[in-house]
Amino acid sequence: MAQILVLVDHVDGNIKKVTFELLTLARRLGTPVAVWVGPGADTAALAEYGAETVVVADSSTLLEHPVAPKTDVLAAVVAEKSPAAVLIASTAEGKEVAGRLAVRIGSGVLTDAVDVDAELTATQSVFGGATVVQSKVTHGVPIITVRPNATAPEAAPAAGTREDIAVEAAASSTLAKVTARVVATKDGRPELTEAAIVVSGGRGVGGAEGFAVIEGLADALGAAVGASRAATDAGWYPHQFQVGQTGKTVSPQLYIANGISGAIQHRAGMQTSKTIVVVNKDSEAPIFELADFGVVGDLFTVVPALTEQVTARKG
Amino acid sequence: MKIVVCIKQVPDSWADKKLSADDSTLDRASVDRVLNELDEYAVEAALQLTEAHGGEVTVLTMGPDDAAEALRRALSMGADAGIHLIDDGLSGTDAVGTSYALAQVLQGREFDLVIFGSESTDARMSVVPAMVAERLSLPQLTFAGKVEVDGGTVRIQRVTDYGYDEVEASTPALVSVVEKINEPRYPSFKGIMAAKKKPVEKLTLADAGIDPSQVGLAQAWSAVESFAARPPREKGTIVEDGGDGGAKIAEFLSTSKFI
Ligand SMILES: Cc1cc2nc3c(=O)[nH]c(=O)nc-3n(C[C@H](O)[C@H](O)[C@H](O)COP(=O)(O)OP(=O)(O)OC[C@H]3O[C@@H](n4cnc5c(N)ncnc54)[C@H](O)[C@@H]3O)c2cc1C
Ligand SMILES: Nc1ncnc2c1ncn2[C@@H]1O[C@H](COP(=O)(O)O)[C@@H](O)[C@H]1O
Repeated sequence: MAQILVLVDHVDGNIKKVTFELLTLARRLGTPVAVWVGPGADTAALAEYGAETVVVADSSTLLEHPVAPKTDVLAAVVAEKSPAAVLIASTAEGKEVAGRLAVRIGSGVLTDAVDVDAELTATQSVFGGATVVQSKVTHGVPIITVRPNATAPEAAPAAGTREDIAVEAAASSTLAKVTARVVATKDGRPELTEAAIVVSGGRGVGGAEGFAVIEGLADALGAAVGASRAATDAGWYPHQFQVGQTGKTVSPQLYIANGISGAIQHRAGMQTSKTIVVVNKDSEAPIFELADFGVVGDLFTVVPALTEQVTARKG
Repeated sequence: MKIVVCIKQVPDSWADKKLSADDSTLDRASVDRVLNELDEYAVEAALQLTEAHGGEVTVLTMGPDDAAEALRRALSMGADAGIHLIDDGLSGTDAVGTSYALAQVLQGREFDLVIFGSESTDARMSVVPAMVAERLSLPQLTFAGKVEVDGGTVRIQRVTDYGYDEVEASTPALVSVVEKINEPRYPSFKGIMAAKKKPVEKLTLADAGIDPSQVGLAQAWSAVESFAARPPREKGTIVEDGGDGGAKIAEFLSTSKFI
């Protein structure tokens, strides 16, 4: 059967959930081959989700330069295996790797797919979710980036045979050097793009202290916290939690927007959420157009009451 | 210091965008078009760098007639000169082809930095800067939330999923900027008047040494097979909070099996 390459998305050896989603999707298209760049390859975890082979470029120097060395590794694996397609997570960096790879191997690239079928036709949701498009790569080995949360990961144990590959980064791939890596403090909650539930706050939260109310609901639901740009720009919440066009794109089962008006740039990052709940004191706020359930009211009374109810029902 | 900024004319973010029924490309006729707002940050970053270190800013766009308005806007912000790659053969070019065409124009020109926006608000692919870096073998310093030039060294803070990376390289280098980097200036009346006299060089495919078989809709590396408007979301239930708003949401979450 045709081989499908999946670039493993990991941070210091910790595999991101989206990788298991990609492997699940790859199984429907052919035989999954995971590609690991860097030290600490966790072949067992990849095997559990169906990786027949795990190709490992076990070198920490490849991680000292952004993006380009991952392209070098993928290009080498493509040359060796002639796969039917390459799947990469549709994150900011994943899309860059995909773009460079497309140029390198002379292939077309599709980004932000929410599904890929057996014919390698990708479904994309464009214009902030208003239009659904079916597209196909017409030249070379299709390179497709797939959004986190688009597929439910399902375990399906496979061999996970490790194959080491020695790849040296191309001279042009080492021109930019990472001199420091700053990891913003972890908040102990699920990761924003991976979370099944996201509770977000906007300008209506009124200040940094107000986010305690948002966090309280998030913790009761086991959810991630998100924020609008108005809230991150004001410094009420860290930038990496921004949802929207210039923040993260999220597609959870449930998105709860509190004190957010629903500007087009915010919608662009959350419109494909399966269920949307809104709390806003202005009944005219455009975010209500997206709501499956909405309450016109003050978030400082509605949200704590909701948190209490959730805790009571769960407890 | 010589800086080239790549900019794009796009449909206004607020406009309802549609694909045209004839060729599945963006229906440009039906919407207002503006300079990609994320490219304004790239222009601003270039202006701030040349104000601090001296030099000149050239803005480059590829697009039909009205892309000239994007150039005009950047010139009125303070850029010195424009390059407009315009040719009927470019219509329908995808990201792979766009990166090739832009790289052909940049090739052979002298610059210390080429700066991009992080994304065009219409296509939202965020791939063209990385592709151009690949084609021109330039150091890739993308998603910069901060950029500093010190002699022949460029340092950026690359915004990442987990925080940021400090990344550095020697010039010439390719940079893309995110919207956290600055607050783009609004063109002044003086700037608008001055822009009318600034030079804009028009290039055809032949002028730029672009192989026509590598660009245009027919040559696109991917194709839209079909598209449909997403069915509108079913109208939800909206209630006024009468002191029981929290309880009502809890009820909804419970029937939807979230709790
Ligand atoms: C280039 C560019 C990129 C952008 N990218 C993003 C992006 O990625 N993400 C993003 O979010 N935005 C983005 N924006 C900004 C966007 O246009 C909006 O300005 C922003 O989303 C507004 O945030 P908000 O909804 O929190 O604030 P507002 O629009 O001010 O809305 C606040 C809402 O809170 C409600 N409210 C106030 N008090 C209460 C209360 N006590 N209880 C209940 N409701 C209350 C109000 O009724 C109002 O509807 C971008 C803009 C530009 C130009
Ligand atoms: N037609 C174009 N002309 C000039 N620059 C462009 C063009 N298309 C894209 N760019 C640049 O590439 C960036 C990213 O675009 P994209 O990859 O399409 O999201 C934009 O912010 C621009 O700086």
